[in-house]
Amino acid sequence: MSQNLPALLIVVPLLLAPIAALTGRWKAAWVVALGAAWWAFGCSLALLQRVRAEGVIHYSLGGWPAPTGIEYRVDLVSAFVAVIVTTIAAISVPYARTSIAQEVSEDRGALFYAAFILSMTGLLGIAITGDVFNVFVFLEISSLSAYSMIALGRDRRALTAAYQYLIMGSVGASFIVIGIGLLYVTTGTLGMEDLSHRIPEVMAQGRGSRTIAVAFTFLTVGVTLKLALFPLHLWLPNAYTYAPSAVTAFMASTSTKVSVYLLLRFFFTVFGETFSFVEMRLNMVLMPLALVAILAMSLVAIYQENVKRLLAFSSVAQIGYMILGISFGSVLGVTAGILHLFNHALMKGALFMAMGCIMYRVGSVRIDRMAGLGKQMPWTMAAFVGGGLSLIGVPLTVGFVSKWYLVQAALEQGRWFVAALVMVGSLMAVIYIWKVVEVAYFGRRDPEDSVEEAPLSLLIPTWVLVIASFWFGIDASTTAEVATAAADLLVEIVP
Amino acid sequence: MWIDAPPFLLLFIGGLLAGVTRGVVRKAILLVVPVLGGLNLIGMQEGVHLTWDVAGYTLTVFEVDRMSLLFGYLFHLATFIGNMFALHLGEEDRASMQHSAAMLYAGSALGAVFAGDLIVLFVFWEMLALTSVFLIWARGTERSYRAGFRYLIIHVLSGVLLLSATLMRAHETGSIDIDQIGLNGSFYAWIFLLSFGIKAAFPLLHNWLTDAYPEGTATGTVFLSAFTTKVAVYSLARTFAGEDLLIYIGAAMTAFPIFYAVIENDLRRVLGYSMINQIGFMVCGIGIGSAMSINGAVAHAFNDVIFKGLLFMSMGAVLHQTGRINGSDLGGLYKSMPFTTGACIVGASSISAFPLFSGFVSKSMVMSAAIYEGHEVVWLVLLFAAAGVFHHAGIKIPFFAFYGHDSGIRTTEAPKNMLIAMGIAMVLNVVIGTFPQQTLYLILPFDAPYSPYDATHVLTQTQLLFFGALAFVGLQKTGIYPPELRSTNIDVEWSYRKLGPWVVNGVGSAALAIDGYVRSSVMALVHGVLAAVNRAHGQVGPLARSWPAGSMVFWVALSLAAYLLFYLYR
Repeated sequence: MSQNLPALLIVVPLLLAPIAALTGRWKAAWVVALGAAWWAFGCSLALLQRVRAEGVIHYSLGGWPAPTGIEYRVDLVSAFVAVIVTTIAAISVPYARTSIAQEVSEDRGALFYAAFILSMTGLLGIAITGDVFNVFVFLEISSLSAYSMIALGRDRRALTAAYQYLIMGSVGASFIVIGIGLLYVTTGTLGMEDLSHRIPEVMAQGRGSRTIAVAFTFLTVGVTLKLALFPLHLWLPNAYTYAPSAVTAFMASTSTKVSVYLLLRFFFTVFGETFSFVEMRLNMVLMPLALVAILAMSLVAIYQENVKRLLAFSSVAQIGYMILGISFGSVLGVTAGILHLFNHALMKGALFMAMGCIMYRVGSVRIDRMAGLGKQMPWTMAAFVGGGLSLIGVPLTVGFVSKWYLVQAALEQGRWFVAALVMVGSLMAVIYIWKVVEVAYFGRRDPEDSVEEAPLSLLIPTWVLVIASFWFGIDASTTAEVATAAADLLVEIVP
Repeated sequence: MWIDAPPFLLLFIGGLLAGVTRGVVRKAILLVVPVLGGLNLIGMQEGVHLTWDVAGYTLTVFEVDRMSLLFGYLFHLATFIGNMFALHLGEEDRASMQHSAAMLYAGSALGAVFAGDLIVLFVFWEMLALTSVFLIWARGTERSYRAGFRYLIIHVLSGVLLLSATLMRAHETGSIDIDQIGLNGSFYAWIFLLSFGIKAAFPLLHNWLTDAYPEGTATGTVFLSAFTTKVAVYSLARTFAGEDLLIYIGAAMTAFPIFYAVIENDLRRVLGYSMINQIGFMVCGIGIGSAMSINGAVAHAFNDVIFKGLLFMSMGAVLHQTGRINGSDLGGLYKSMPFTTGACIVGASSISAFPLFSGFVSKSMVMSAAIYEGHEVVWLVLLFAAAGVFHHAGIKIPFFAFYGHDSGIRTTEAPKNMLIAMGIAMVLNVVIGTFPQQTLYLILPFDAPYSPYDATHVLTQTQLLFFGALAFVGLQKTGIYPPELRSTNIDVEWSYRKLGPWVVNGVGSAALAIDGYVRSSVMALVHGVLAAVNRAHGQVGPLARSWPAGSMVFWVALSLAAYLLFYLYR
């Protein structure tokens, strides 16, 4: 059993997805999805435990060893990302029951949960596979199901948003597969570890270095498109805004995170940090883009009137923080990036879930419709404030922990200016969070428009994330330790 | 002693309980918690009591030495008096909010003075701002909301500066301890000084104080006057003791508010200015840096909390009973509020440093230290300031509120709890002033014997006071003394309230000049600068617009081309 954990993590949900679709009834499908999510949650926790105890796990599917067969390769980074995905999934599914029942028509409920399971499985697959082509397959599984989940939203704009996401996602995926193909042509292998040995050999022989550079380009564009790094983020705001609330909460906390993981995998493990950062000078590209993302997207967020859209732009900015951390190329920087993966998943999940609560009661998440909600939906708005504090980076929240590491990493390399810009980004977060808080707490609600507090089935998952975002903000020792160990694995250059 | 809990914890718990309880239970909590907290400190061992490992760092949450212990006692005392003074609040005064905020605020102040490193100090530093602003907002007027906002922005800024400086210092020296920093030529030291200076109301940074404190509630301002600036004084004493620059800053602080205080009409704002003046003495004492002067600075901080609290309480009682606070609207209240009048006079005597009142035993310590260390000019400035403070706080406040022309207001004495609170502060003022050796001097941080009651001190001070009084009477009789007018004083905050928007928006924009408060003007500034940015980022700007799929793909192609060029021709 425990030997087969990596396979079971993927196979069981993969089998449950068609079952969920076949039940045809949303309640039954929900139960199946709950089972799949909690199963995966349990497996990924067990995996993380094992990896922490024993180190990297190699698992050959079907008993075929690596260069020939497909290998699952679980190290600390993969296990950590898998835990992030499954944690959010395990909290999202209970949340989805009430929220999706309202936001998706009943006859499509079963399909929705099937798509949800597939999407989660795809994300998990990306996280634990050790084979680059397998990455592409799982990427398509998770993306295709994500497009259909977005398209299920009642808002008619969801359809165009999903369509655009489909086009952009497919462009990204095909760029990735082109990159993989070019690598295969030059090295003749698809295994990540194999590639990491072969690429330097090929480069040393002096042939195909140009092809590898082109492959590197395609992968850079493909992956940064998938993770919505400025200026390739254009698909994200609409997709997040018009998707059903539970889908936004799940996707915002997981799918871009897994894409960031992909970036780490390709540029640190497959190409190796020396190649990516010293020879290709990837940081020269990533750092300015990350800084522009932080500043420009925070600024755009300030001007948004739809809070889901506001949070979507803030997500693009937050992705900027992760990429900024990674672009330092140091252990501390990558630690900050990985920590922020987890921390941002918690806070953004909580914030989008709070928006789902408001959507459920008010029917809109426009700022002008939120006047006086502080009194009428106190728990929901308190959750929003909690998540917002984290986004700002107030001490005792996870956001502070991330920013602390990030600023430390910047200062370590003497980049004062970057550290200052990170602070400026926080101040901008104060403005856009305050914008909502001001309307909700100081605005007066039209008595005819009064609403009740959201049901407990929505509030409990929301608050689990809020409390988690304080818990890991107060006691960051576990997450910081895992992130540091993960960064140690990835980073080769010791300053 | 018997709990050994971090002092802030008790008050935080009390604050949260005060927010959810009502009636007698809440009253009991308000009075018992500060007493318990104070008893908890008695006999507390010096040293580190509580650390906390977080993110690979060990934070010292709770550390005790003589200086922090003195502030610890002081803050518990102030909390008790302040809570007693606010005990009558009903739900129409937003009592839950006020009581809860006040206790949390006091807890944050305690957390700050018992903080063992700069990170912990920063956390409580920001909490001071976040909790205290509710005491201003609780007034419920548009004016107080705006003033509270300006206050919050400035204090959060001070916290951000503190954190930045801490990080810079940690990066350069690897230390986050709260120990002597001094202006050692490094950039971060200036940032520290700026951060502390904002909270301590240094000249040109002082306007948040005179802007926000008079807008607080009648009871809330009593708390406000006790904690924020004293935490700043404490921090300065810890990190910048003996820094010459502080002597001159402190001397300037004692002198310049006098002119504003003399012409100001809002009596609580007059107290705000006199508060800056008193802090000036403390800053000066810290700057001199001898054991005696630092003793004097912290002793003066101790006394200031009590007598300034007493003055704010007496003005709070007047505001509570009459609803007015402008000197031009008041007068002749001594008949209807005799006890409050007495309290105000005791407070005024203390702040003016009459012998036998508490101000005397600490202020003279700072002034003697200035002479011993050879700062004669500074000593003269302080002397002038001491005369000035007698003038505006010692005579003007009681005169215009309780005597002067009869305003025709007939009211009754303040509620009992207010009187009890003022009574306690009165007794403390007199006891400390009369028996300093047996009380306050016992808990001073350094061992520097000092006796305030020798002929020189008493004579100098008495002469000063009598000539000050003579000047007031002379000016009043000859009609030279500026009458109490309904007017607004223009101070440095004018530059950010008025000048900034004026320059940015041109002379014609009268609308902004009317609505010239910081929040709106800063926002206007931001809007102005960002007008161009808005075109790019706003709802329909190119960065925020929903793009057609075709142009998205175009961007992808463009990126690909750019990356290819970069990688192939790197």
